[in-house]
Amino acid sequence: MTTGHPAPASGSDVVLSLRGVTKEYPTTPPVRALRGVDFSVTRGELVGVVGPSGSGKSTLLHIMGTLDRPTAGEVTVAGYNIDELSDKDLSALRARHIGFVFQQFHLLSGYTALDNVADGLLYTGMNVSDRRDLAHRALTRVGLGHRLGHVATKLSGGERQRVAVARALVGTPSIVLADEPTGNLDTKNSDAIVELIRQINDEGVTFVVITHNKEIAEAFPRTAGLRDGRIEYDSGRRHE
Amino acid sequence: MAASNTTRGAVMSNGNGLEPSRLHSADAFRTASVGLQTRKLRAALSALGIMIGIAAMVGVLGLSESSKSDLLAQLDRLGTNLLTVQAGSGIGIGSGELPVEAAGMISRIGPVEQTSTISSVDVNVYKSDYVPEGQTGGITVQAVDVNLLETLAGSMADGKFLDPATATYPTAVLGSVAAERLAIHAVTGTQQIWLGGQWFTVIGVLDEFELNPDLDRAALIGLTTAEDFLDHEVVPSSVLVRANPDFIDEVTSVLSATANPQNPEEVEVARPSDALEAKEAADDAFTALFLGLGAVALLVGGVGIANVMVISVLERRSEIGLRRALGATKRHVAVQFLGEALLLSAVGGIGGIILGWAVTGVYANVKGWSVLIPPIAIGGGMAAALLIGAIAGLYPAVRAARMSPTEALRSA
Repeated sequence: MTTGHPAPASGSDVVLSLRGVTKEYPTTPPVRALRGVDFSVTRGELVGVVGPSGSGKSTLLHIMGTLDRPTAGEVTVAGYNIDELSDKDLSALRARHIGFVFQQFHLLSGYTALDNVADGLLYTGMNVSDRRDLAHRALTRVGLGHRLGHVATKLSGGERQRVAVARALVGTPSIVLADEPTGNLDTKNSDAIVELIRQINDEGVTFVVITHNKEIAEAFPRTAGLRDGRIEYDSGRRHE
Repeated sequence: MAASNTTRGAVMSNGNGLEPSRLHSADAFRTASVGLQTRKLRAALSALGIMIGIAAMVGVLGLSESSKSDLLAQLDRLGTNLLTVQAGSGIGIGSGELPVEAAGMISRIGPVEQTSTISSVDVNVYKSDYVPEGQTGGITVQAVDVNLLETLAGSMADGKFLDPATATYPTAVLGSVAAERLAIHAVTGTQQIWLGGQWFTVIGVLDEFELNPDLDRAALIGLTTAEDFLDHEVVPSSVLVRANPDFIDEVTSVLSATANPQNPEEVEVARPSDALEAKEAADDAFTALFLGLGAVALLVGGVGIANVMVISVLERRSEIGLRRALGATKRHVAVQFLGEALLLSAVGGIGGIILGWAVTGVYANVKGWSVLIPPIAIGGGMAAALLIGAIAGLYPAVRAARMSPTEALRSA
């Protein structure tokens, strides 16, 4: 199933593409979380996807992140059509091309900030000293160069989310998907994380931020609105 | 980091340009130990079950081996070439006694190296003549050959054994129990006991006879003394025989007929070392029983580990989701949880071996045995622990691996 698939063309600007994506959960009655979504992200973009609770945001993130497959439609990430990839290949795709930032941070509590970030490269087969080197750089990049040896539980909420952002960046992924990255933060920390994301995007990292907060989404160069499993509006690229 | 969007995948290892997810073995070990590090008490308690099981098995095998080695040393010291010839109950044809010349006839069997006659004397012993007649203390009087001590590989606790000189005078040597009952703890040479209505001087007290415990409850006097002072007709009640160890079976087969040619069926021939070996066989039965109990403890420990692992998988759904998001394959997740179960059981196994060793060491020390832990107990114990861990961890590991990443992340 995976043989013969072309490697991603280096010249392509489209990092993520969803065409007619539908996701239906086989409950009784069946729930259609996504209904024919067409959505694409080009390299270097920063897109805010906003929608109320139940609009299909999480499902969209899971499908974009290849954590789930659509019921219908086509998903391409970093040039790979996920329909043609096995579960093992999808793991490889996530390990090397997709970074995740979650609302709950998902840091390993007993680990230091450095080890949590280095774990972002755990499944790439890179050796531990290289992983740590890159983790050190990523933490410095998010302003936590002075917190390397701190255990995750000893960090503030804002700092934890910075660690999570560093972990998503450490593998230089093709795209970073952030699921409500400010959902567990106060306004001050929330603003700081939004600013950090903008800053990193300025350096060339492609970001899709999923949020229920319209204000946050609209602060990004491009905003797409999701309602009842459909893209209601898409501002397109507002700034170059 | 302008290179963040650079398309990689130059290594065509998957046929589609995707380099597969990989986890170094050292990292696999580290991820497997996450649960143990973060939930130390729980890990320790669940490993305890395995530890008790392995300790029981190692301890039982160690004690059995140590006691066996002690027995072998004992048999080596006492020799397995001692045979006893006794007048049995027979079938009522004969007199139920051995002929007077039995010892003489037995000594003419080629491989017989030594014989020693014991003749029960039907009198009682008292501490003094004031003791009422009924209070015999269960002490018997045996007239014996002067070579008895040597024949039985016995030893003296105090004083001297009968020699050709003292064996003709009213002197007595007391068995260990008899001495205790007559309250004679040290031999002064002047202590006297009231034996068969006469005063006998105690010249020695024996250590326990490992091969003939009956003599521990006896006062031993010389054969000549018995004849001269107690009018005892020396009819052997038993004859002790030491024979060439290479011909024991041959000697055994002809002993009855040689000792009592008229009524060979009334003669009982026994090998006291067999009793010690039978005792060991009985101990082996206990060993098997305790090993069974150890196996049950191990099984319970395994169930404990399975239980802890199932809970751990449920509790760590978000971690499983995260790892899948970071690129872990199902196999990596399965290996992590299976590894954790194996680590738990290995910790329990090592702890159990140490504990079992310590128990054996202390007990063997108290008993004066040399500590012997058979390698099979250590190797087998560790293998059993790991096997139980693998079985216990398999279902939780498969369950963790099959968990949908989205479900796992959603449950956080």
